[in-house]
Amino acid sequence: MNALTYPPHARTYRYDEIDREFLQERIAEFRGQIERRLAGELTEDEFKPLRLMNGLYLQLHAYMLRVAIPYGLLNSAQLRQLGRIARRWDRGFGHFTTRQNIQFNWTKLEDVPAMLEALAEVDMHAIQTSGNCIRNTTTDEYAGATPDEVVDPRVYAEILRQWSTLHPEFTWLPRKFKIAITGSPNDRVAAQVHDVGVLAKRNERGEVGFEIHAGGGLGRTPIIARKLRDWVPEAEFLAYMEAVLRVYNALGQRENIYKARIKILVRDLGDEFTQMVEREYERMPRDRYRLDPEIVAAIGAHFAPPPFASLEDQALHADPEFRQWASASVRAHRQPGYASVTISLKPIGGIPGDASADQMEAVADLAERHSFGEIRVTHVQNLVLPHVRQEDLYALWGGLRAAGLATPNIGLISDIIACPGMDYCALATARSIPIAQRISERFASLDRQHDIGECFINISGCINACGHHHVAHIGILGVDKRGEEVYQVTLGGSATNDAAIGELIGPAFSYDTIVDAVETLITTYIAHRVPGERFIDTYRRVGVTPFKDALYAPA
Amino acid sequence: MSTKAKARPATAPVVFTANRLRDGRVVWLGTAGLWRDAITETVPFAPEAAETGLALARQGERDQHVVGVYAVEVDLAGPTPLKFRERLRVQGPSVAAEAA
Repeated sequence: MNALTYPPHARTYRYDEIDREFLQERIAEFRGQIERRLAGELTEDEFKPLRLMNGLYLQLHAYMLRVAIPYGLLNSAQLRQLGRIARRWDRGFGHFTTRQNIQFNWTKLEDVPAMLEALAEVDMHAIQTSGNCIRNTTTDEYAGATPDEVVDPRVYAEILRQWSTLHPEFTWLPRKFKIAITGSPNDRVAAQVHDVGVLAKRNERGEVGFEIHAGGGLGRTPIIARKLRDWVPEAEFLAYMEAVLRVYNALGQRENIYKARIKILVRDLGDEFTQMVEREYERMPRDRYRLDPEIVAAIGAHFAPPPFASLEDQALHADPEFRQWASASVRAHRQPGYASVTISLKPIGGIPGDASADQMEAVADLAERHSFGEIRVTHVQNLVLPHVRQEDLYALWGGLRAAGLATPNIGLISDIIACPGMDYCALATARSIPIAQRISERFASLDRQHDIGECFINISGCINACGHHHVAHIGILGVDKRGEEVYQVTLGGSATNDAAIGELIGPAFSYDTIVDAVETLITTYIAHRVPGERFIDTYRRVGVTPFKDALYAPA
Repeated sequence: MSTKAKARPATAPVVFTANRLRDGRVVWLGTAGLWRDAITETVPFAPEAAETGLALARQGERDQHVVGVYAVEVDLAGPTPLKFRERLRVQGPSVAAEAA
C-alpha cells in the first residue's frame, strides 16, 4: 500500500517528495538510535528525549506509540493502515485520543522502526506527539461540511502544522503547547481551554482574520483563556502566533513543571502579557512572516470540496431503530442531499475511543463507499464520516451495525471521554476506563439516555486532566488516597462557547460508589428540570445545592 | 534511572520491578539478578535490606536489560503488591477486552 492508492477525492493534505524524503531520513535516524539503545550504547537518560521526540512513551505495561493525525483528518488508506499496524504490532486495537491522535498501547521497542515505516507509507508519523513542543493542532471534526462554518479551519490548521513542525525556535518550549482552531462561531474544539485557541472568521468585506485566545488549559490549574486580539488579518497570522510563542518561550517558568504552561504566565501577567505580545509583534520583520495569499490558496486546494452530486434533501428511512441512531448520529450538511455522520466509539460497556483493527478497516471501507474516502477523529474520541449522501444513510447504518459501531449515543450520557487512566498510563493515579464502562452499563437503556438528553461526562485518571474532566457537565477525577482509588466530582463545566470550569462538589467517592453518585446526580437533575432543559441548564439554574444535598445527605 | 526509587524507606518487604528494555514489558527481579516475567519468581527483600536489593536491581539498568527500576512493597503471600497500581502491573489492564 502506498500514497498512490489514496481515495482520489479525500480532502487530506498530500505530502510532496520533500516531505516523504524527510520522513525517511527521520525514520533512519531513529532506527539508528533504537539500535544503539538496544546495543547498550545509549543509556535511558540519553535515549528518553530522543524517543519522546518520536512519540514513543514508556507506560505502565509497555511502550506506547502515539501517532499524529493532523487536525484529526484521515483518508481511508491511512485508517486501513492504522488497522494493519494494530493487528501486526499491537494487540489488534488502537486508542483514539482527545488530541485527535491514535495510540498503540502494546508497542515493542524493537518493532518501532517497522511501525514508522508503515506509517510513512501513508504519509503519517509520530513526530511532535510528545515533548515540550507544539503538538497536533486540533480542529472541528465537521470542517468543510457543517452549515455554520464561516472559514474552513483545515487550511489554517495545515498552515500551523507546517509552521510548527520542526520549528527550530520552538522545539524546546518551557512545556508542551496545544493549539485548537475553529472556523465556526459555535466552538466544537474547546478553544478556550487550549494554550492558544483560534477562531477564524470574516470581516464585513469577507476577508479572513483570526480571533486569538491564549492561556487556557486544564490540568492541575484549570484556566479559561484570555482573548488577546479580536482580529488578526490573515497575512499576519503566523507573525502574531510567533509573537505569542516567543513571549511564552522567553518567560515561561521552566524551573517549575507545574507552572511552566503558558496559562500560568498569562494568568500572572494579565494584560501585560497581551502588551508584550503586541510589542514583539510590532518589532518583527513582518514581510518575512507574511502569509502569502498564494500559499493559502495552494494549501486550500488540498481541501477543496469533493465532487458532490446535485441532490435534494430527503426524508429518513422509516425504520424506528435506524431513526433512533440517526437522531443521535446524523448531522446537517451544507450540501443539499448530504449529511455528516458521527460514529460512536463508545459501545455500552466498551472502552471509550478504542477501535479494533477490524473496525478501522470497516470504517475505511464505509468511508470509501459513502464519504469520498474521508474520516475525521473527534476530540471526544469518536469518528466522523463528513460527507454522506442522505440516500445512503440506511445502508451506512447497516454497515456500521455489522461492525459494532452503531451505538446511537452521540452527545448522550454514555458518550464519555476517558483517558487511558491507570490501566495503561504511567502517570495515572486511578483507573478511568472501568468507571466509564460501568457508567455506560448503568445507563445502558437508550430510551433512558435519550430522555436524559445531552449530558457530558468526562473522566481523568489523574490531575493532568487528559480526560478533560474540568469542562464536563459531570467531571470525574480519579486520585490516589493511601494506595486506593477515589473519585472527585465536579459539576457545571463546559468546553463550548460558554466555557466554564466545573465546581468541585464535595468529598470523593470510592471506586464502588462513584457510579451510584452519578445516578444520584442524574436523578436530581430529572427531579428539578423543566421542559427543554439539559443537565447543564438545570445545574446553572438551580445551583449546586440540590445536587450536593442529594449526594451527601445522611442515610 | 528511576526517580521512584527515591521513595520513603520501606516499612514492608519489597520486591523490585522494571520494564524490559526490548519490549517494555513488566518484569520482576528474581534470583541471581535475573529479571522474570512473573512476580511469583521475584525475590523479596526485608525492609532493612531494600538498599541492597536496589543496588542489585540497578545493575539491570546499567546492563541495559531493563528501564525504570523501583521498589514495590508487598505482602509476602503471593507476593502481592500493597498498592493498587502495582497490582495492576502484575495483572495487566483491568479492562477485559484488551487484557485477553
